[in-house]
Amino acid sequence: MLKTFPKGGIHPPENKLTSSKPIKRLPVPKVVYVPIAQHIGIPAEIIVDRKEQVEIGQVIAKSGGYVSSNIHAPVAGTVTKLDKIVDTRGYKKQCIVIRTDAKNEANFEDIEYPLIKEITLEPEEILQRISNFGIVGLGGATFPSHVKLQVKKENKLDCLIINGVECEPYLTADHRLMLEKAEEILVGIRILMRALHVDRAIIGIENNKRDAIESFKKLTTEDSRFQIAALKVKYPQGGEKQLVRALLKREVPKNGLPLDVGVVVHNVGTVYAIYQAVQHNRPLMERVVTVTGKKLDNPSNFWVKIGTPIGDLLEAVGGVPEDTRKIVSGGPMMGKALKSTDVPVTKGTSGILVISADEASRGAPKNCIRCGECVDVCPMGLEPHLLMNLSEKGMYEKAAQEDIMTCIECGSCSYVCPSHRPLLDYIRFGKSLTSQLESKKA
Amino acid sequence: MSSQPYIVSASPHVHSARTSAALMYDVVIALVPAFLVSLYVFGINALIATATAVISCILFEYLIQKYLLKTAVTIGDGAALITGILLAFNLPAGIPVWMIVIGSLVAIGVAKLSFGGLGYNIFNPALVGRVFLLVSFPVEMTLWPTAVENNTTIVDAVTGATTLGLIKDGLQFGQTMTEISTQIPSTTDMFLGITSGSLGEMSAIALLLGGLYLIGRKVISWHIPVTVLATIAFMTGIFWWIDPEVYADPLIHVLAGGAILGAFYMATDLVTSPVTKKGMVIFALGIGVITVVIRLWGSYPEGISFAILIMNAFVPLINSYFKPRRFGSKIKAKMM
Repeated sequence: MLKTFPKGGIHPPENKLTSSKPIKRLPVPKVVYVPIAQHIGIPAEIIVDRKEQVEIGQVIAKSGGYVSSNIHAPVAGTVTKLDKIVDTRGYKKQCIVIRTDAKNEANFEDIEYPLIKEITLEPEEILQRISNFGIVGLGGATFPSHVKLQVKKENKLDCLIINGVECEPYLTADHRLMLEKAEEILVGIRILMRALHVDRAIIGIENNKRDAIESFKKLTTEDSRFQIAALKVKYPQGGEKQLVRALLKREVPKNGLPLDVGVVVHNVGTVYAIYQAVQHNRPLMERVVTVTGKKLDNPSNFWVKIGTPIGDLLEAVGGVPEDTRKIVSGGPMMGKALKSTDVPVTKGTSGILVISADEASRGAPKNCIRCGECVDVCPMGLEPHLLMNLSEKGMYEKAAQEDIMTCIECGSCSYVCPSHRPLLDYIRFGKSLTSQLESKKA
Repeated sequence: MSSQPYIVSASPHVHSARTSAALMYDVVIALVPAFLVSLYVFGINALIATATAVISCILFEYLIQKYLLKTAVTIGDGAALITGILLAFNLPAGIPVWMIVIGSLVAIGVAKLSFGGLGYNIFNPALVGRVFLLVSFPVEMTLWPTAVENNTTIVDAVTGATTLGLIKDGLQFGQTMTEISTQIPSTTDMFLGITSGSLGEMSAIALLLGGLYLIGRKVISWHIPVTVLATIAFMTGIFWWIDPEVYADPLIHVLAGGAILGAFYMATDLVTSPVTKKGMVIFALGIGVITVVIRLWGSYPEGISFAILIMNAFVPLINSYFKPRRFGSKIKAKMM
């Protein structure tokens, strides 16, 4: 029996076009655009000046507080501008523009780092390094990893969960990474176990990635601390709360964190970045990005320098097809639609999805026929049709009572609605106004 | 870099292929077997009645939306088509055409559009139309053409009575169930639909076939039909066990009358039934109980139309009490 979460969820067409495409290295871009707010929390503070020469891996923006993260130069070169540019979320954000030094060999080295299994650092040193080297959650939420690792005794932490679910259709970045860097990921998990003082780790992987499940199983047969769990393919299983429920039958309390039930969850990509930081002193300067879409000539997985314009990625897969009407940063369920291809790849960019005209437009919204599909698929046990209604009418107090703030914005409701109602759009709107009201009250 | 305008909208960027119109047309497909049986049993009358109801429902929706409300015309969504078919299925085959037209006007104009159209109506439109006709024209609404014998004539020359009608009358005249059972059709005939009754309600097998199709296509869930029929069978079963000479057996109660048509096609109407599965079960329980109460002690032999309409009125209340359990709430929600 495959594990899964019991309530709600959907199974959209998987469209994993790139699952058998090895990760290739994208050519180093001539110019990188590095935003200082790539993570959740306080933006980093710029510590370089215009015309300054920077080395690869040098800190160019310093963590701005506790929930924040350092930002490192992904290339060696010259800072040409400190400018505001539109990021993947659609807002203008402060950004460090670096022109790549074409003569600096460090920019173009393509070495495979040898696998180092032995962990020499003490837990405090591990945390320090994760914090210094700018590691944030690479599954999409970009929460600074060192904050997630601050665990107290009273949390009764007993299990580390590694999220290799990748439930978003189309995306294969985590899948490829698990296949190509399995041993490194396992070392990364051991690093985290050491830092967290836990002796149990579960890697959760959806069953459409059998090869990854098998390879991890083979590598961990002799270590009883590891458990490799095959999960039923169901969206949004990669959501932390759904994953913890699926693997351990523990329900994270309303407004709570996995830590409240003794669990810490990290994404496989993050674990690999932690391995690189701890074992090889490599700050987070690049990540795996899936560039995909049904009409693309050659959808691929790439190692991409942070700050690379998305246009460069699309060039590398044969250009944007004629009838493209939408370009999404992330997966089709939770990704952000982009206004142009000028925005840069950030730490949270897991994929670029190109959608053609026939799939890009939504159906015209019709009346709600109260079929209850949205209620059935909501993994949080909410009533999306009701929440939309309350948001539309401005009844935010009532919406708060109906737990609008616990919505994880997975979009399953909008996906299934046979009347094409913009459920999640209204719920998001309601959430933002509800939280404003609540912060005013506080 | 290119600067052509891309569509910027919030996630999700994909949508399931299901549309509300597709759901509606699945219901139409599910009703085809029952319609074929009624064509066989009532002949041309069934065709005339169904065609009249469908055409007038669609026409009234068009006319009212276009000229009276001046809103977008929604006749393409399939809902008016279903209302027409279901209204016809709830009428005796030989009913005068003009009455069907009036029933359609009440169904579409009063029960649906005056509430705001599809999705806003509280009561099942087809049932409102039927009940309006039943209380307005009690004689015509209970003239049941007998099965098969007159399926080529247009007039309703020969009339019989429905199974439930025969039982009710028989019991009132002091007959026992043993005596009555010689007058009513066999359960096999009822199962196949070779019996008298409303146009589309007689054939259990045809209706079940369509019902299974709807469940298989996930247009409806099993909760409402199964609970309605189980409640009817269970309640009538208790009384039959107490005194089989005064109460008909549960199989008759499930097969006769509109129980199956009501349970699978009328009570499951998405708009007028609860949203959660828990709510559906409560709603269906209510329908079952009220149906049995009317059948056993009411003045009408059949009560499922009234039962569904009564429970329709409770749907908003049911929806607000029977909520899904919120993820991460330790204490189970109230009223569970």
